[in-house]
Amino acid sequence: MSEVQDTVFRSLSDPTRRAIFEKLCLDGEQTVVALTENAGISQPAVSKHLGVLRKAGLVAGRVDGRQTHYAAQREALAPLIDWTRRMGGFWDMKLDGLEDLLGRMDQ
Amino acid sequence: MTRADQTARTVIKERDLIHPPEKIWRALTQNHLIEEWLMETEFKPEVGHAFELNAEWGTISCEVLAVEPQRALSYSWQAHGLESVVTWTLTETDTGTRLRMEQTGFGPDQEQAYRGAISGWTRFLDKLEEVVEGLDDGGPEKGNA
Repeated sequence: MSEVQDTVFRSLSDPTRRAIFEKLCLDGEQTVVALTENAGISQPAVSKHLGVLRKAGLVAGRVDGRQTHYAAQREALAPLIDWTRRMGGFWDMKLDGLEDLLGRMDQ
Repeated sequence: MTRADQTARTVIKERDLIHPPEKIWRALTQNHLIEEWLMETEFKPEVGHAFELNAEWGTISCEVLAVEPQRALSYSWQAHGLESVVTWTLTETDTGTRLRMEQTGFGPDQEQAYRGAISGWTRFLDKLEEVVEGLDDGGPEKGNA
């Protein structure tokens, strides 16, 4: 497995980070303060999660004066999209095998 | 909905089969049958049972999460560095059974709902973690990372 894939999977394996990333995907660019409002965790904790997402390339920061605005980088999801494509092909093949087996089994 | 994360981590396959649920259930849960269409394994339809699926390219680690005979079966599926959950649903139809396979990376959505229910505890544990971190390096890190 590639290192990039590993980093993306690991950074999204945390439900809080996933929630932050999903929020950025849905609502667009936001500051740490705005992200903290509904996160149910402290601002330093949100910052820490953003740092991990940023390292994985899933989030980018834009500095505007004293504030940093964070935005989701959807193209960084490519390893996940590869995964769904690969698994999709895998299951198509396996389900063909299952249908074949069912045809051979007794009722 | 444009939930990029959600769509990127879910694989759904649905098939209408001309076989009764009971028969499909056997193919999904009996070792000698699983081996014929999926992979070699030591499966038991019991919640908490850990098993492995052996493919040419490696081993998949699994654990049974839910069993509802002839209706639903769910197990975790860990491979390629990604923890996912495979859920089979069987619905009887006029012509046989509609079989649905859903594989979701990072766990099922029900887990999210469950996490919502225990968010009070999560919040508490996060706070505790911060306190412990504070003890280590002399205070929580500053905001605006």
